[in-house]
Amino acid sequence: MAGIDINTYKEVDGNGTDYLSLIGWLGVFAAAGVGAAFYMETQGHVVTGMSNQIVWGVPHVFAVFLIIAASGALNVASMSSVFGKNIYKPLGRLSAIMALSLLAGGLMVLVLDLGRPDRIDVAMLEQNFKSIFAWNIYLYSGFFVVVIVYLWMMMERRFNKYSKIAGTFAFIWRISLTTGTGSIFGFLMARPGYDAAIMAPLFIAMSFALGLAIKILFITSTYRVTERALGDKLLFQMRNLLGIFIAAALYFTVVQHLTNLYAAEHMGVERFILLDGGIYTMAFWLGQIVLGSLVPMVLLFHPAINRSCQSINAASMLVILGGLVQVYIIIVGGQAYPLEMFPGFEVSSTFFDGSVHSYTPSLPEIVLGLGGVATALLIMALAVKFLPILPLSLSDAAVGPANITTKEDE
Amino acid sequence: MRMLRSILSIAVMASALMLAAGNVSAAEDTNALGSNLGPNPAKAFKGEQCVEPVDVMRREHMNMLKHQRDETLREGIRGNKYSLTECVECHATKSPEIAGGNIRTVKPFCAECHKFAAVKIDCFECHTGTATGTRMRNLLKPKESGKNEHSENAITVGMLENFLDNKAEGKK
Amino acid sequence: MTKTTPTALADEKIDTERRRLLAAGGAVAVATGIILYGAGAGARPKGQPASSAQRWGMLIDTNADPSDWDTAISACKREQGWGGGNNPATDPQWIRKVSIKNKSTGAQATFPVMCQHCANPPCVDVCPTGASIKRADGIVLVDKHICIGCRYCMMACPYSARSFVHEPVHNQKPHMPRGMGTVESCTMCVHRVDAGLLPACVNALNKKGSKAIIFGDLNNPDSEISRAVSAHVTRRIREDLGVEPGVHYKGI
Repeated sequence: MAGIDINTYKEVDGNGTDYLSLIGWLGVFAAAGVGAAFYMETQGHVVTGMSNQIVWGVPHVFAVFLIIAASGALNVASMSSVFGKNIYKPLGRLSAIMALSLLAGGLMVLVLDLGRPDRIDVAMLEQNFKSIFAWNIYLYSGFFVVVIVYLWMMMERRFNKYSKIAGTFAFIWRISLTTGTGSIFGFLMARPGYDAAIMAPLFIAMSFALGLAIKILFITSTYRVTERALGDKLLFQMRNLLGIFIAAALYFTVVQHLTNLYAAEHMGVERFILLDGGIYTMAFWLGQIVLGSLVPMVLLFHPAINRSCQSINAASMLVILGGLVQVYIIIVGGQAYPLEMFPGFEVSSTFFDGSVHSYTPSLPEIVLGLGGVATALLIMALAVKFLPILPLSLSDAAVGPANITTKEDE
Repeated sequence: MRMLRSILSIAVMASALMLAAGNVSAAEDTNALGSNLGPNPAKAFKGEQCVEPVDVMRREHMNMLKHQRDETLREGIRGNKYSLTECVECHATKSPEIAGGNIRTVKPFCAECHKFAAVKIDCFECHTGTATGTRMRNLLKPKESGKNEHSENAITVGMLENFLDNKAEGKK
Repeated sequence: MTKTTPTALADEKIDTERRRLLAAGGAVAVATGIILYGAGAGARPKGQPASSAQRWGMLIDTNADPSDWDTAISACKREQGWGGGNNPATDPQWIRKVSIKNKSTGAQATFPVMCQHCANPPCVDVCPTGASIKRADGIVLVDKHICIGCRYCMMACPYSARSFVHEPVHNQKPHMPRGMGTVESCTMCVHRVDAGLLPACVNALNKKGSKAIIFGDLNNPDSEISRAVSAHVTRRIREDLGVEPGVHYKGI
């Protein structure tokens, strides 16, 4: 295999106006996110679209999206360290950095949307170990430590020999983390839209797809602007993998809904999502299924178009869009459908019992969510400038032989 | 050599800070004598003697309150002596700047020292700092001897309350 | 149970009970026209913690006069200091009137729903900081000192019993601290119960001569509520979830 040693990684120059304005814009968005959160905290959540019925809104959508993408982003590193797919080895460092920054962005949104973000120390000091949320605090903070150690093992030549064990540990940790995130919803027995063990594997499958889609976009754009070589071999390898991940996420979605459809008690919520839920039904079929799953699979698998970088990028963008829509349907759609307090009865009250709850995202919420995305990208952009993260070349010769060969690769 | 010098300068700065801190506490002690140097909290609206001596209160009030809040809220222990409501009852004062002097509030009393020490308190984000009179408080006070008088107690106290309510509503 | 005890008989039993208690309550009670039941609701002596020997609960008669529920709700607002906002979607509601209609038979009922004070409360399980608590005597509360406002308890509650404080709060009652950014719900008037008083809603109903809500100790077989729930089949909302609510409903 081609020599992957310390000298093949190099910081990007990052002195041009393009880079500086990118950093500037990301900084503006991140600061706007913090500003939006400050506005929400001083005025109260009354300025958001959230209510006593839809208690988690767009900030949670972005936070959960970023957190599951974070764990997925680490996957490419695990592919080489844990599963011996050497073709991904050059991307190990980048995977770890992306995982760290996406998680940081997601946690920022999650924390800033709290009713009392000033009490974040309380969340650290007082813990109820029966709560999946409390476990997640450990899973998230532990993830930072585990991934930083893994990154160190990968970057310090003397410790390279430990990268397999650190990578294995990180892989187990990230599976636990995504299980924890999915279980936030899976453990809610009262909500007909949640309360299912499948939430955990569904989130894991989604994380694979989202993390890889973000990585593909990051690599193709960075390598284009830095004029470094990116060979088809690695790109196509990632393309095939992305297609499989989309199929896996789709598979779990199908099983989730089929299982619910079989249980008469869940008919209501299934009708709502699949048939007559208005915006949620449209988002499901058009956003999640067609644009987020089927179109990208065609783009990635159809032999007439799947050799172009544009197709792969478009598919990645659609996967990200579809992922956001899917998280939106899970979080907001799951709350919009009323609690079944009296099954078989029509229910009404001043507290909107029994009726579908309305939710319109407000500007501060969206700005906060985008602020988290900007923060994640800002950390990535700074990391590739100040640390030797990105390989000088990802040309076919540089990445070495693929362990999985496909027709196009030959 | 440079290292040594920087350690030295840190030590000098630290001792200067400690001296300054000493001055502050000295200033605090002279408050009772009317010094203008430190915070000068108002005298209690009622009573001459707090639940503990003044110096203990100044040092420990936050721990007392925090300890008791957990006992009261989480365990349901009522009637212990470090009660925030009681702080408000005695230390709330009227000021022409607040609601035209029509209400008694404890906030200026707390703010006097807390501003000086730059310690933000969270109590009155939720608790009222306004003294509201004694009727309800007395009703809700635990009785000294509660054994086997529960039902009678409830009836007597509840009756008193209803009587007062009716009176307030203009019925007889 | 109901099979062997016809409803009429049971009602008569309760009436007898009412007379007995009235007599025990003394002349003043009769004179002022106040009906008050202290049975089981004793003031806990100073310095003693709540005990699991008691299990506070309520029995709500869904066949009561619907105006009773307005009485109960306004008493709660007055006592705890909530209500009066202009944003129905975000204003807290500690107790609300819920109307249900059987889709196939058309039968209807209206009754109040508030925190059901579950024995296995999902809100307590999910709370990351331990701010959601169940007291030894079964009352479920939010410790607002350590509530971070994550709203996970609201996601977990099967009864939509909790509200998030979306706006700044002023003029709180001394016994009921409330603050923006934290979650709140019915406290079963814990401050009154600890002092041996009835919850405000029950008290207000009793004052107008209604027995629509009975409050008391479910662990004490002699309490009025225990006798009532053993005389009639009562239901608790979503009993199938196994959360064991402390609030019983009669007539649904």
